[in-house]
Amino acid sequence: MAFIKRVLPGTARGRLHLGALICVAAFLAVFPGVSRPYTTIFTASILMYIILSLSWTFFSGKTGYISLATAAFYGIGMYIEAILGRYIPLPAAMLVAAAAGFLIAAGIGAITLRLRGVYFTIFTFGLVLLLQNLVLWIEIRFFHTKGRIVTSGDFTFVYYCILAVFVILLIAAVIMRRSRFGLALECIGQNEDSAAHIGVDTTRTKILAFAVSAAPVSAVGAAMATRVGYIDPNIAFNLLMSFMPVLMAIFGGTHSLYGPVFGALVLTLLEEKLIRGYQEYYMIIFGAVMIIAVSFMPKGAAGIAESVFLKLRRRLRPRSHPRNDGGARDE
Amino acid sequence: MTMVLTILINGLVFGSVYALLSMGLSTQYGVARILNIAHGEFIVLASFITWELVTDLGVHPLTAIAAAGAILFVIGFALHRTLFKRVRDISPNAAAFEGDAILVAFGVYFILQNLMRIKWGSQTTGYSFMAYPVSIGGAQFQARSLFVFAFAAVICVLYNLFLSHTRTGKSIRAAAQDPVAARMLGVKINRVMAICFGIGGFLAACAGVLISMNQTFSSVTGLNYTVIAVIVVVLGGLGSIRGSILSGFILGIVGTAVNSYDPSIMLVVFYLIILVLLIVRPKGLLGR
Repeated sequence: MAFIKRVLPGTARGRLHLGALICVAAFLAVFPGVSRPYTTIFTASILMYIILSLSWTFFSGKTGYISLATAAFYGIGMYIEAILGRYIPLPAAMLVAAAAGFLIAAGIGAITLRLRGVYFTIFTFGLVLLLQNLVLWIEIRFFHTKGRIVTSGDFTFVYYCILAVFVILLIAAVIMRRSRFGLALECIGQNEDSAAHIGVDTTRTKILAFAVSAAPVSAVGAAMATRVGYIDPNIAFNLLMSFMPVLMAIFGGTHSLYGPVFGALVLTLLEEKLIRGYQEYYMIIFGAVMIIAVSFMPKGAAGIAESVFLKLRRRLRPRSHPRNDGGARDE
Repeated sequence: MTMVLTILINGLVFGSVYALLSMGLSTQYGVARILNIAHGEFIVLASFITWELVTDLGVHPLTAIAAAGAILFVIGFALHRTLFKRVRDISPNAAAFEGDAILVAFGVYFILQNLMRIKWGSQTTGYSFMAYPVSIGGAQFQARSLFVFAFAAVICVLYNLFLSHTRTGKSIRAAAQDPVAARMLGVKINRVMAICFGIGGFLAACAGVLISMNQTFSSVTGLNYTVIAVIVVVLGGLGSIRGSILSGFILGIVGTAVNSYDPSIMLVVFYLIILVLLIVRPKGLLGR
């Protein structure tokens, strides 16, 4: 009971957010029943991007260590489903994928997160290409094949599997924000030396957080593999899957949970509109969005929305004092 | 014996290109603290400029260094003066700047790569240059490979002389060692950083011109160059120019040896080397 009390938001604003969240989850749960198959599939890929960018934000947004390894974990998940898909049901394969993602990320973190600075980014940057080459070599050498057929699943079922990951991730993210672990992470992002001084085991915290953030990515990779039908190393380890979540999170804003969700939503819709025939232009727009987001929107779209909202409120209620509802935590 | 000689000389050829690839990146990171992920795109752009000049105007590929070098120096200089300067001004601390700079470099990478795809498509391009064999000690080599090696070596030496003997070179080294102290002693730090970014572009142009002589390229190969350059720079020590040259040659020879055994695991071997390095000596071979 004490645990639930600690986790549940103690303020009116917090409860409002929780209520909204439950409404959205409920809507998404009944969604496949009322929509056309195409919309369901598309919504699943929006959810997939949201999960990817939330996972990225969970580690990189908080600590400032920029990971470009999302595609690696995503591809690992895809391969696990391709290998295990015909023996075990999808949810089980997703669990295996999550565990594999967790362990591999922990290993990579153990080597690179001991070091400060750009080593981590550099290492994760090449990791996707490394896995692409390594898996291709293994496939050709030992299995005499270049790609694998994946048993395809019922898309509504896949949708629910992805939705489940999304809900679990959101709950975990909300709990984490107020936990010792979440605060330690945030502290590392603000000033790693101070974090170490006040007794945070920075290396262990970073490694654990990176590993945790990889698990949902691999799980979603396993689920999405059933939609592709056929995978080879170039499809599974696509560098774009590393870049997109970063872009979505930065554009949306990494300081809140809404930011990455909003960023993923907007940019996935944009991708859907432009991907056919205009791919180059769409990538140029993405590049421009990235530059503008970093140089002019340090808190992303969510940050802008918040400051506009605060300004409006101040104008409408000029004499009201900002209530002390824990908002001080944000700055 | 012939086999060893082939690997050694081809390794030197590749090594000289690797050294050249990474010197630009190393200069940009060493002074401006920007890991320029668009570096490979700069190289490809120079290759395309060379290709246009050679096929349309029929000039010698080497003269393209003047054109591509000037263009890329200006692009690099301007990028730093506008984008990266702005990001540096709004970043709360050095670590945050390094992170943000990588993200901005990504944006540049996206834009540059896709502009090239619109202009030149994504098919493989190349032209024929000095395509006749030369024999050294019984082993056969392409004449152009030896030309590339000689020229890359000349650029490496000239660049080192520039760093050690000219006023600008000295201020670059000072800024790399300690930006705050350099600034107090009258080095115009913002200008030096922008110049370094421009020089990074110029060196990328040299690499691009030489690569276009020796191998085919396309608008999507840039990232591979960046990955190799990054690996070379990390092995040599982040920001150390001499380290980059040394590790460029080491990786060139190792890479060629692995290539003659099984080309598909070259990157895997490079990565293993980096993995061991990060565990044993993270600051790199010649890093401070």
